[in-house]
Amino acid sequence: MPSLGADMESGKLAQWLVKPGSKVRKGDVIAVVETHKGAFEIDVFIEGVVSELCAKEGEELPVGALLARIAAAGEELAAPARTAEPPQAPPQAPPPALPPAAPPSPPAATPPAERAAKAPAGPIPAPAKAPPALAGGRKKVSPAARRRAEELGIDPETLEGTGIDGSVTLANVELAGAGGGRHRTPAAEPAELKRRTGFDPDQMRQAIAAAMSRSKREIPHYYLGSTIDMARALGFLESYNKERPPEARLLPAVMLLKATALALRDMPQFNGFWEDGRFRKADGIHIGWAIALRGGGLIAPAIRHVDDRSLADLMEALRDLVGRARGGGIRGSEMMEPTFTVTSMGDRGAESVYGVIYPPQVAILGFGRAVERPWVVDGQIVARPLVTASLAADHRASDGHGGSLFLAAVDRYLQEPETL
Amino acid sequence: MTTGARTAASRLTYREACKQAIRDALLADPRTFLMGEDVGLYGGCYAVSKGLLDEFGPERIRDTPLAEAAFVGAGIGAAMAGLRPIVEIMTCNFSLLALDQIMNNAATIPHMSGGQFAVPLVIRMATGGGRQLAAQHSHSLEGWFAHIPGLKVLAPGTVEDARFMLKAALADPNPVLIFEHIVLYNAEGELDPDVTEVDIAKAKVRRPGRDVSLLTYGNSLPKSLEAAEKLAGEGIEAEVVDLRVLRPLDDGTIFESVARTRRCVIVDEGWKSGSISAEIAARLSEHRFFELDAPIRRICSREVPVPYAAHMEEAALPQASQVVEAARSLVTGR
Repeated sequence: MPSLGADMESGKLAQWLVKPGSKVRKGDVIAVVETHKGAFEIDVFIEGVVSELCAKEGEELPVGALLARIAAAGEELAAPARTAEPPQAPPQAPPPALPPAAPPSPPAATPPAERAAKAPAGPIPAPAKAPPALAGGRKKVSPAARRRAEELGIDPETLEGTGIDGSVTLANVELAGAGGGRHRTPAAEPAELKRRTGFDPDQMRQAIAAAMSRSKREIPHYYLGSTIDMARALGFLESYNKERPPEARLLPAVMLLKATALALRDMPQFNGFWEDGRFRKADGIHIGWAIALRGGGLIAPAIRHVDDRSLADLMEALRDLVGRARGGGIRGSEMMEPTFTVTSMGDRGAESVYGVIYPPQVAILGFGRAVERPWVVDGQIVARPLVTASLAADHRASDGHGGSLFLAAVDRYLQEPETL
Repeated sequence: MTTGARTAASRLTYREACKQAIRDALLADPRTFLMGEDVGLYGGCYAVSKGLLDEFGPERIRDTPLAEAAFVGAGIGAAMAGLRPIVEIMTCNFSLLALDQIMNNAATIPHMSGGQFAVPLVIRMATGGGRQLAAQHSHSLEGWFAHIPGLKVLAPGTVEDARFMLKAALADPNPVLIFEHIVLYNAEGELDPDVTEVDIAKAKVRRPGRDVSLLTYGNSLPKSLEAAEKLAGEGIEAEVVDLRVLRPLDDGTIFESVARTRRCVIVDEGWKSGSISAEIAARLSEHRFFELDAPIRRICSREVPVPYAAHMEEAALPQASQVVEAARSLVTGR
């Protein structure tokens, strides 16, 4: 079970898309996993043949649990091959979540990651609604309650127990599952419950809360802002789009994305992770793009190798990503890969945004809404479309001087739109 | 004496039901006879066989010496030779003297003879405490015998079972032990005129309920039913399962009940350590762990020699109030 975010404790295997004997190649989607952030497609990292499906559909499994075995090309099929799934949690880090280019979005947020990269198997303190364990021992949860809680995706240790010795009973779990209070007469009939599936706004709120709390608790943020004149970039876009059918036209977002990626190439100290007390540079520039979800919540799946891709290519990737994010088709790898996060308020958002870093990433760049304002060009006051770019960065990994240079680089690329 | 059970609905005692069962068996099969200490002239220590000597004569109602190993062994031999003996051991306390015959012969001969000999023997014995018979005459050893492969162990807890279990036991080709509880002999119950036989395979739900299962047998059955009645007054619906057959245990009925109620109290007059209650609890945690919503509770006899003094004996044996308390705590957390 891959970690699809530092806030992810477990996931439910919703569906297998392969069978034992299926040949798979790197990138093939083999399963769908449901987490509190929604349903994600799980893609494989190696080439080979599926030798065994270890997890059953509907099964809730902790991060790091074995899902399937894949005999790598050349290996004997029968031999219990190496674990192909997520052998250990993501090599990098989990995903972010931010506020985005959509309607009402929550304040800039970024989820954490790391437990994945660090200790895949170990239990990680979960985002808790209530103190998880009693001092001096495990919380008492009845076997039936524990099993039902798994089915409902509830952490039973966060519930108030009304059973014998304060134990969490089935009734407590059912009640929590129904969204009710925390106390009832256990002898009473458990209410019929609708089963939770897929994306759950409450759970996502919990996940965002945990990630953001951790970020603000651990990361010494510093903030820098610059106002960027978008006249050239938008002018370029206008002429580019004029010649093209609607489906091939670009949104300003891709220019921001590409300019950011090129700036990251120049300033790699912002592209990577803070782990074990030191910065680790990421291998590629995979930008997490914050997408607000209908009904609240947000995720920031990765667009890979942004610096190497054309604007048209990025536009396609972005459309695809936003569509899948809202429709529930994000792949696990996309949640694990971001090395940096961009949050853009879009044309209806606020004018500036001060992001919260998604740990263990070390920076997040926010773009406010483009607004027409007086601007001085060659000594003349003119109306120009302006965008406020604000960088929130981890002061453990970088300093304000570097941050300034990074923002300046973003600005510089946006002034040469034809080079993007 | 009457033969009412075969005619119409009638109210009778557990003792009378046992007697009618023996009488029926003697009438039904000339190979059947009863033997044991004081079963003839005296009419049985608990008066179960009173009057049978007059009706069936000394050939079929045989008084034996006070030598359990001898007359149980004779019963085994008679069964191997084709008869259908009913051996009465006055109380299970004395069955220990015949344990070698029961365990090493009755239970194993079919196996040791490669199936050449069956042992269609029935041994009845009185069991339990509660009548101030003190430490040497108040044992509940049915759980012990239920440990032994090759035996069937029955514990009638109702008049109906006392009336009809013997017939099924005699029809069984294996040695069957029937434990009649000394306190139940005076208990009265109604017989359903439509019922003329019972099985000796299944446990039986004596009172349905949804909140907690009371698993019990023998004289703990009426105590558990009393407890269920009290619990009902508190809004707790207890299901009372009469185990009836201690070997082989009817896992299906037990598991089904506990899976539904998710809580259980096992009420067993045996001592807790190494008891049939321990076996049931172990099976539940082995096979129905994930159905449980509360710890398994057991109400058993205190692990002391059963005292003579009435108030102390009462304190040593399981009581309905303890069952109520245990069930309530499992259901309400208080």
